[in-house]
Formats: sequence, C-alpha cells, structure tokens
Amino acid sequence: MVPLSYYVILSTVVFLIGVVGVLIRRNIIIILLSIELMLNAANINFVAFSHYLQNINGQVFVFFVLTVAAAEVVVGLAIIIALYRGKTTVYIENINLMKG
Amino acid sequence: MVIGLGDLFGRGFGPRAHWIAVPAVFGSLLFSLIAFGSVLSGGPHDLTLYTWAVSGTFQASIGIHVDALTAVMLLLVTIVSSLVHLYTVGYMHGDRGYARFFAYLGLFTFSMLMLVTAANLLQLYIFWEAVGLCSYLLIAHWYERPPAAAAATKAFVVNRVGDFGFALGIFLVFRLVGSLDYDKVFAELPKHAGETISIAGFDLPAVTLIALLLFMGAVGKSAQLPLHVWLPDAMEGPTPISALIHAATMVTAGVFMIARLIPIFNLSAAAMDVIATTGAVTALFAATIALTQNDIKRIVAYSTVSQLGYMVMACGLGASIGGIFHLLTHGAFKALLFLGCGSVIHAMAGEQDLRKMGGLKSRLPVTYVTFYIGALALAGIPPLAGFFSKDEILYRALLSGEVGIVFYGVGAVTSFLTAFYSFRLIYTVFHGPSRVDPKVAASLHESPSVMTIPLIVLAVLSVTVGWAGLPIPGLNGIAAILGPVLAPGETTEPVSGLLWLVMAGSVAVSLAGWMAARYFYLTRPELPKQWAARAAALYRLSLNKWYVDELYDRLFVRPTTRLADRLWRTVDVRTIDEAVNGVGGSTLAGARILRLLQSGQLQHYALVMMVGTFVILTVYLIVR
Repeated sequence: MVPLSYYVILSTVVFLIGVVGVLIRRNIIIILLSIELMLNAANINFVAFSHYLQNINGQVFVFFVLTVAAAEVVVGLAIIIALYRGKTTVYIENINLMKG
Repeated sequence: MVIGLGDLFGRGFGPRAHWIAVPAVFGSLLFSLIAFGSVLSGGPHDLTLYTWAVSGTFQASIGIHVDALTAVMLLLVTIVSSLVHLYTVGYMHGDRGYARFFAYLGLFTFSMLMLVTAANLLQLYIFWEAVGLCSYLLIAHWYERPPAAAAATKAFVVNRVGDFGFALGIFLVFRLVGSLDYDKVFAELPKHAGETISIAGFDLPAVTLIALLLFMGAVGKSAQLPLHVWLPDAMEGPTPISALIHAATMVTAGVFMIARLIPIFNLSAAAMDVIATTGAVTALFAATIALTQNDIKRIVAYSTVSQLGYMVMACGLGASIGGIFHLLTHGAFKALLFLGCGSVIHAMAGEQDLRKMGGLKSRLPVTYVTFYIGALALAGIPPLAGFFSKDEILYRALLSGEVGIVFYGVGAVTSFLTAFYSFRLIYTVFHGPSRVDPKVAASLHESPSVMTIPLIVLAVLSVTVGWAGLPIPGLNGIAAILGPVLAPGETTEPVSGLLWLVMAGSVAVSLAGWMAARYFYLTRPELPKQWAARAAALYRLSLNKWYVDELYDRLFVRPTTRLADRLWRTVDVRTIDEAVNGVGGSTLAGARILRLLQSGQLQHYALVMMVGTFVILTVYLIVR
C-alpha cells in the first residue's frame, strides 16, 4: 500500500504550485490554468482519502468537482475574451482600472 | 413692607415702549414714597425673597432691607429715574433703538434699587456689577458709532479694575467673618480689629486691608482719581443716561456703599484718611479741568467727578451724613444740569461745543431759567440746595482733626472753581453774542413739555431739598433721619459761631467765583483768551485733562495691545492654527501611504489573501 501521506504531500505540492502560479504568472490564461491545478489538487486529496477510508463518497464527489470545474473554465474563458475585446491585452498587470 | 421691585426689563415694543416703562417707574416711585413713610414711622424692614446659596454654614439670599439710608436712596433713584423716563420720551423720539433704550433704563433702575436694598455684600456686589453692565449698554446705545463703543468699553473696564479690589475685599470679609450679611459682618468684624493677614510674606492689618479694597470699588464706580477716566468719555451716551447714571444714581453707588458699610470703614483710621484724601484731591483735580473744556457735557461730567470727590471726602472725614445729604442735593441739580444740556443739544440739532453757542436765553427760556437754577445750586448759593449740603461738608471738614483746615482749604478752593466754571457755562451758552451756525439758528426751538416738565420739577427740587438739612437743631430733617443709621450715638450739637463763620465764608467764595466768571465772560469776554495765552502751559494741562488718559495709554493700553498682538501671532496663528492644520495634513499624508495598497493589481490582492490565510492557519495550529 502506498502510505496516505504520500498522496497528501503530492496534493499539497500541486496545490502550492497552483497558488504560486496564480500569484506570479502574467498571462491570464495561465492563471486560469493554475486555478484548475488547485482544483485538481483538491481532487487528488478526495480520492486519496476515499481510498484510505474505503468510502466511495470521495470519488463520487470528484465527479461533481470536475464537472463544476469544467463549467467554471467556460465562464472564465468567456470573461477573458470579453476583457480582451475591451483591452486587447492578456497581461494581468494592465488590468488596473481599480488603481488608487 | 414690600417695595415694588423696580422695573421690569421688558423687550422692545416699538415706539409705544414708553407705555410700559413710564408707568412702571412711576409705580416704583409711589412705592418708594410709601416705604419712606413707613420707615420713618416704624423702623427698618427686612424681607428675604429668595435663598440663593447654601453651602455649609454660609448662606446667601436675595432680599430687601429698608432702613432710613435705603429709603432716601430709593426716593432719589425713583424720582430721578421717573423724570428721566419722561424726558426720554421727548429726547429719544424717533430713535431706532427707542424701545431698547427703555428696556435698558428699566434694567438699570431695577439693578440700582436692588443694590440699595441689599442686606448682604453678595447682593450688593451682584447689582453693583449689574449697574456697571447697564452703564456699558446705555453708553453704547448708538453702538454703530466707534467712539461710543470705545467709551462704553473703557467705562466697563475701568469699573472692573475697581470691582476687582471690591471683590477681593468681600472675599477677605468672608474669610474673617464667615458670613456676608451686613448685621453679622458689622457685629463680628470689630473682633478682628488687631489681626494681620499674611500675604506674600507681608503681614498686613486685616481690617485696613479690607477697607481699602472695598474702597477700590468706590473709586472705580464713583470715578475718583485715578479711576475717573471713564466718566467724561461716558458722555458719548445719550444725555438722559448721563443725567441718570452718571450724575444721580450709578456713580453715587460708590458713596452709598461707603456710607452703608461705614461700620467697617470706621474700624480703620488709615483707610478713612485715604478715602478723605482721595476725595479731596479728586474734587480739586476735576474742577481744574472743568475750567477749560469746550464740550458742555464734559464740563458737567468733570463737575460730577469733582462733586463726587466732595462726597467721598465727607465720608472719609466721618461726615457721612453730610456726604449722603450732598449726594441727594447733587442728584437733583446735576440731573437738572444734564437734562438742561440735553435740551440745549436737542435745540442745537446735536451741537455740543459751547464755542458755537451763545445768546440762547431768548430762544430757550424754560431751559435757561432751570439751567440757571441748577448752576446756582451747584455753585452753592443760598438758599438753594447745594449751599446747605456743601456747607455741611466744609464745616465738618474744618472740625475733623488736625489737618481739617487743609481739607477745608481744598474744599473752599474747589468751591470757588465750581462757581466759576458753572457760570462760565451759563454766560458762554446763554448770554452774549450768538456764535451759532446760521443753519442751526433757524431751527432753534424750546423743547417739548415732556422734556421741560422734568427740568422744572428738578429745578423746584434743587431749591427745596436743601431745606431738609438746615443746620438748625430741630429743623435738620436729614440728620434726624440718617443719624441713627450712619452715626448712631452721636448727639446733635448746638449751633456754634464757627458754623455761621463757615457759612459766610462759603457764600463769599461762591459769590467770588460767580463774579469772576461774570467779569471774564460777560463784561470783558476777550480776557479768557489772553489769560490762556499767558499761562499757556497751565491752560494746556487743564484742557488735556492733565494727560492722565495719555499716561494710561502709555502704561497700560499699549503694552497690553502689544502683548495681545504677540500672543496672537505666536500662539494663535503659529501654534493652534498649525495644530489644527496639522491634523488635516497628517490625515492626508496617511491617506497617501494607504493609497499604495490600492494598486489595482489583482495578483497583489490575491497575495494578501493567501498570506492572511496562511497566517491564520499557522496561528491556529500553534495555538492547538
């Protein structure tokens, strides 16, 4: 058996990579990608615990999360395209109307 | 028996205001007459109206105490106030502040009546201040005129200097006696006669200190040297109030206070000497100034200062009966003279300079006759009132001790000067060729009867009031009434040869003054200018009031103004304004820093959120 801690560490690392990505990357689409990473890290966590606790609920929940994630990405991309139409930029540092 | 408590201090009713004020004050007059009769037959009355302050063993109440002294003062105040009210109806007709004038007149009369009926030092002081306030309000009646506003401020501030001493005196009395009621103070204070009070390392005799401090109040209120400077400038106010407050009533409050508190002053011979000397010096000093003034109201004002000096001197020499007697007669003829001036000013359409008058006797007959009577009374010509009261003072002065002759001498010289300037006034204003401006001369007319009736009444009083104090035993009503209050235990003396001598001397001096004035202003009118030119320095000294005002300006006014200016610039502008602006400035600076948080960069906000979350988690884990 693979120890649970390995899966949790993996999930944490992936999550942190996602967080750092949100905070550091300039391209909005990469940020969206990083958000997806965070989501999937949570999924890894779900599955790991589901296997560890021998309870199928975790894996069922992952289905729901993945579905919602997909819908969310659709909405996110739609917003980015609307933003691009107005500002012709994908770099987040240029979206600063709320400055000051 | 209750006296009608003076007037209401009503609000403006417009041009019909006199319908409230005049009946009210005449009602007070009626009550004063009743009170007078009651006191004569029955004795003093007391009535406590309102217990104001109770603190431990100290109790102060507002009430009425009427004895003989109070009763005669009540009569004086109500009679003169009633006549002035009547006179005002004519004099202030059409004035924009007509109703306000009557309101303040009523407030003043009320305050003065409460002052004289006080039974304790606290009530005395309260209404002492109140009459000072009314003086301020009334002098500045035409407040848009800068000289009037300045004169009112000067009057109040100078008065306040005296009141400062007065208050200190009252505090000391309380410290020694524990009460401010007259009867308790009179009974207890003699027991402290030898004590000293330690102040700033000096041991000062307590009772003398009290007497001197209380006298300071009288110096301010009754315009004695050195606090006399406000009275001549107070002539900026309308003439009716010059007659009421600055001749007959408010300024006499100082003399009244000395008489009322004579048991205190009697305990200190040193204080009495100071009082007598101050009075004598003031009398002479003011008379010398009155000789050269050209404004008719100022002449009468300096005359008032001089006569007040007589009264103060009398009280200081132990002749407070004489002082009060002179107060009463002076109230009559001085009010008459002021109202007469008002009549002249009214006829001359506001002109007050006697160099622009002359020959008015034919155009203003009633004014002329009554004014003449007033001048005769002031100069001390028998059988008018001024003679008897002034003579009483001179006689007592002579008898008052080793230096009595000095006081008599000062009094006699002042008498000569008084007669001189009184008739100088008469001859330059009413006699001789007319120097009146032609435009004004065309509208010269005698005053309406609301103004002339008070003049006539006062003229009658100026003649008759003196007869209440004839120095013949059995006929001396004044001594009979006031004696028990002011000089208990003294018996009336028989008429002595010295008295006739003094009377003859007084008449001679007064007549000499009169004849001198006649010579200088009627017979040889070119003489005054020649004499003025030859004694130019003295003339200038007199005309410029001995430069006292200029001295005070240099000593007090300018340094204070400079200090105030400096304080304003460093404290007010630099410190306080900087502090207030600084609050605004620092708020702006803080905001400028905080604004850096609002970068508009999404990732900055996300970073802050993450950091915050991790901090909370860490703290949570550690606490667990």
